Amino acid sequence: MREDTLKMDFAFSEEAKREIKEIMGHYPEKRSALIPLLHLAQKENGYLSEPVMRHVAEVLDLTPIQVYEVATFYSMFHLKPVGKYLIQVCHNLSCSLMGADSLIDYLKEKLGIDIGETTPDNMFTIKTVECLASCGTAPVMQVNDDYHENLTKEKVDALIERLRSN
Amino acid sequence: MELILFKDRSVPDLKDIDVYIGRGGYQSLDKGLRLLKPDEIIDIVKRSGLRGRGGAGFPTGAKWDFIPKGKGIRKYLCCNADESEPGSFKDRELMEFNPHLLIEGIILASYAIGAAVSYIYIRGELVYAFRILEKAIREAYKRGLLGKDIRSSGFDLDVFIHRGAGAYICGEETALIESLEGKRGMPRVKPPFPAFYGLYGKPTMVNNVETLCNIPYVVTNGHERFASQGRPRNTGTKIYCMSGDINNPGNYELPLGIPLRHLIYDVAGGIRNGRALKAVIPGGASAAMLTPDQVDILMDFDSLAAAGSMLGTAGVIVMDETRCMVKVALTLSRFFFHESCGKCTPCREGTFWMHEILKKLEAGAGKDEDVDLLLDVANNIGGRTICALADGAIAPVISSIRHFGEDYRLHVKEAGCPYDRIMARA
Repeated sequence: MREDTLKMDFAFSEEAKREIKEIMGHYPEKRSALIPLLHLAQKENGYLSEPVMRHVAEVLDLTPIQVYEVATFYSMFHLKPVGKYLIQVCHNLSCSLMGADSLIDYLKEKLGIDIGETTPDNMFTIKTVECLASCGTAPVMQVNDDYHENLTKEKVDALIERLRSN
Repeated sequence: MELILFKDRSVPDLKDIDVYIGRGGYQSLDKGLRLLKPDEIIDIVKRSGLRGRGGAGFPTGAKWDFIPKGKGIRKYLCCNADESEPGSFKDRELMEFNPHLLIEGIILASYAIGAAVSYIYIRGELVYAFRILEKAIREAYKRGLLGKDIRSSGFDLDVFIHRGAGAYICGEETALIESLEGKRGMPRVKPPFPAFYGLYGKPTMVNNVETLCNIPYVVTNGHERFASQGRPRNTGTKIYCMSGDINNPGNYELPLGIPLRHLIYDVAGGIRNGRALKAVIPGGASAAMLTPDQVDILMDFDSLAAAGSMLGTAGVIVMDETRCMVKVALTLSRFFFHESCGKCTPCREGTFWMHEILKKLEAGAGKDEDVDLLLDVANNIGGRTICALADGAIAPVISSIRHFGEDYRLHVKEAGCPYDRIMARA
């Protein structure tokens, strides 16, 4: 972990603290709130830095390694910053039959970055993901929370254009 | 036929509780919670023949019956909404268009097994479905359909949604439980089964979304009417998820046991671009591939198992004559390698090596011995792990070699993918 991230502090917002209280009420054991809290922390901080994970550990009375081992197991948790828009393109079978591979190449070329990279203006990160449960509307990608289905190059162009102007 | 799950699919705003109630929603609770004892519900579900729709096809009523009886024990119901099997997209649609049907099923199932708390473990990526369910649960609490003394029956139930965070393995029921406890989603050694030692060490029932969505119908209409559709031991309807090289992809509800031919050529409109069929995966990525001469097979648990494949989630992925089966096996091997949790050595190492060998073969750098090596690895990991992920991982590998050995031989002989060349010329 880099020194600069070690120095940074993290604390949940007041709104998040209220949400945490409600979440904790769902479970008889605090540890069950770990994944929900990591989702919340990532929403507030953009990614799970070491200070973030240490803070979550404190809130839930866990050791830092108990948080770290979970944060590194699940693909939705980011241990380093991602762009404002995280583009996750499915490249599993049904999507690849419907042209996902050429779509991924097109996106890479259009944004000038490789898989796992972020554009210099921190707007876009591209990742490939496994099945998004949208095989009937393939090819599909998820941009932040939203699904974009039955994709074509034209649809990708329009979407990127719209996101850039946001 | 009679639709059970997609009956009101065309009704706008069915996710709104008033619309749902207006269509007869939540009526099964009057019979279920007030007239029937928990054991009587279990009995009806047993007699209906309903088998789990999450992939394994275990009889639901029998599974519920494993839960220890008695009021003094805390028990849990977990709804498995972690739909991640490549080719499956039915649970997502059910939750998005008809969330109250799921909640109604959860109430009845919880009552039957004596659970006062139920968790819906939903795939983290399904944010839209999560928000719809969250709103539906809030509405259900407001109407006294959740919480204390539901419909003056004396039965209390709290339902909470728990979002996953991206891990296919969490669809395995003990991995789901581990994940719900705030740990890595790694399957537990069984026995003990979750029915005895599940969430927080308490008796726990894990049921799939589609399974639970069938329960209100079974309770309202009885086991005989449910079992009147489908085939013996394979009763009721099923949502078939059609994708790949077909004209009309999408979800279709039809009785269990319809011929695969009917599904592909009539229901889904046949093969795209006027091409011929080459291969079908009938039940999601973990199901062995079938060939065109097998399309008269009946789509149910027993018929597909007898043919060496499985119904699984009924995620039907269709591939036309232009598809390279080495590439297909490679794509699926990458998926299973990526999703192996790493707990069992045969799976952790085996999925890695199968992926490596397939990369080499597809790139044209493989030899005939590599195909034998691939089969050797596959045969040595099957059945040697805690959960079924490894068995799923070897299914596409073994079936592609068995049925499409010529594709493998051509890659070796031509030192490259013959299909890439054909497609480049076209």
